[in-house]
Amino acid sequence: MAKNTLSSRFRKVDIDEFDENKFVDEQEEAAELQGPDGAEVESLLRQGDMMTAFHVALRNPPVNTKNAVVKERAQAIVLRVLTSFRSSEIETAVRSLDRNGVDLLMKYIYRGFEKPTENSSVILLQWHEKAFAVGGLGSIVRVLTARKTV
Amino acid sequence: MSLYNFGLEPLSCHAWNKDRTQIAISPNSNVVHIYQKSEKGWNKIHELTEHSGRITGIDWAPVSNRIVTCASDRNAYVWTLKEDAWKPTLVLVRINRAATCVKWSPQENKFALGSGAKLISVCYFEKENDWWLSKHIKKTICSTVLSLDWHPNNVLLAAGSADLHCRVFSAYIKDIEERPGPTPWGAKMPFGEMLLEHKDCGGWVHGISFSPSGDRLAWVSHNSSIGVADAPAGKEVTQLTVEHLPLLSVLFVSETEIVAAGHDCCPYQYSYKGPGNLQFVKKLDVPKQSSRSGTSAMQHFRNLDKKATTEEDQNELDTLHQNSITQLCIVEGPKSKVNKFSSVGLDGAMVVWDFKVGVKNNENTIFLVFSRHKKEILTASTATVSVIKQ
Repeated sequence: MAKNTLSSRFRKVDIDEFDENKFVDEQEEAAELQGPDGAEVESLLRQGDMMTAFHVALRNPPVNTKNAVVKERAQAIVLRVLTSFRSSEIETAVRSLDRNGVDLLMKYIYRGFEKPTENSSVILLQWHEKAFAVGGLGSIVRVLTARKTV
Repeated sequence: MSLYNFGLEPLSCHAWNKDRTQIAISPNSNVVHIYQKSEKGWNKIHELTEHSGRITGIDWAPVSNRIVTCASDRNAYVWTLKEDAWKPTLVLVRINRAATCVKWSPQENKFALGSGAKLISVCYFEKENDWWLSKHIKKTICSTVLSLDWHPNNVLLAAGSADLHCRVFSAYIKDIEERPGPTPWGAKMPFGEMLLEHKDCGGWVHGISFSPSGDRLAWVSHNSSIGVADAPAGKEVTQLTVEHLPLLSVLFVSETEIVAAGHDCCPYQYSYKGPGNLQFVKKLDVPKQSSRSGTSAMQHFRNLDKKATTEEDQNELDTLHQNSITQLCIVEGPKSKVNKFSSVGLDGAMVVWDFKVGVKNNENTIFLVFSRHKKEILTASTATVSVIKQ
């Protein structure tokens, strides 16, 4: 096999960084939300208060940070709450949300789909069905087009 | 409601002449067809073939009877009718990317052209040299301009673009017009001045429309939402999320009623009554009912055998359009009280819709019954029974 004797360092250069016309997302100065409070959610789940745990878990979504750790943590908390719901209660929980809440729930659901675990897909699909019934195709489109991901 | 199918190709854009007896359309190619209305349908009378790229925008000025077309070949032509033939005049738009949309101004002395070159080209005719010149608006536009609309004062121009913003610019050209008076959008309006920039409309802004008075601006974006900016109310923006697929085109049919249509193949009506008060009213397409009132036992088992389902043939959508609607246009009525509007879509069909404010769906229910044999549509409503032949 012929080996390229010239340097191939140029292949590691990210040409898009040097493009003058590169589209840069506007940096918003909005407050960084740190994600829901894990301890509070845990205590509510232990008490059996699912609905409140659900609402607390959907508070302060980390949409403005680029910190992956914060986002992972928030995702884990929400997934924990979603899996501890009984199938029959999912619908009432979804109905208790407003429009923005349903969009946010959809974002977390799709985030959960990205890394499937043992039982998570089944539960998430049930949540997806109920959230879709309320939010419609629009809520899914908003998950796909959102620049600020959860 | 009437539907006419112009063939299999999607219709990229359309424009009506002044008395709505002729329509200019482009079937997703570099040619513009002009059809004349007759009792039996539409007859093609002209073909405009100067462009070398796919035509992306057509606009027909009603009073001066000129057509402007723009295409992906970075050109725009203004066509004038001379002795029953349309003659093109090249416009020097000076863009280095495809043109995406074009609109005549209300007084027809200039037109605006949006392009992928991240700029808007405002073109006007210079009598001395007998050519069309252009001036560019580039300020802060970071991506393709997807939609344009003129304010009734002939100076302000709204633009929606793929950088997720919608903006209002001044397109005042002092060589050809008087200085405009102040408006709720602003008082100082030199050329290129930006009077409104709404950041982050959520998605690409596909469609944009000023209200009949020009005080409000509505847009639809790709994240399935519709937004309205209200100039007298401090340019406050109200946004409403939509449960359907993204909308592509929006139109004010009165000062408060808005019609929008898009990938869901159906026009929807929204109502804006003030800041924070934007609501969905109703779906404007009445679903058709199948002509088969009861399936025979034979049909039932045949369906079960073939498709493992007892449902009837579901090959068609139950909306009039069978594919996304790309553009809406006013057909009849002044801007403040539109009676009819038209829609064209990717299915090659053009539908003219009747619009009445305040008619509830159950008052004048219309049943559309398709007879597959004779290709007739039987429509019955609580008021009249009529047959539309296709």
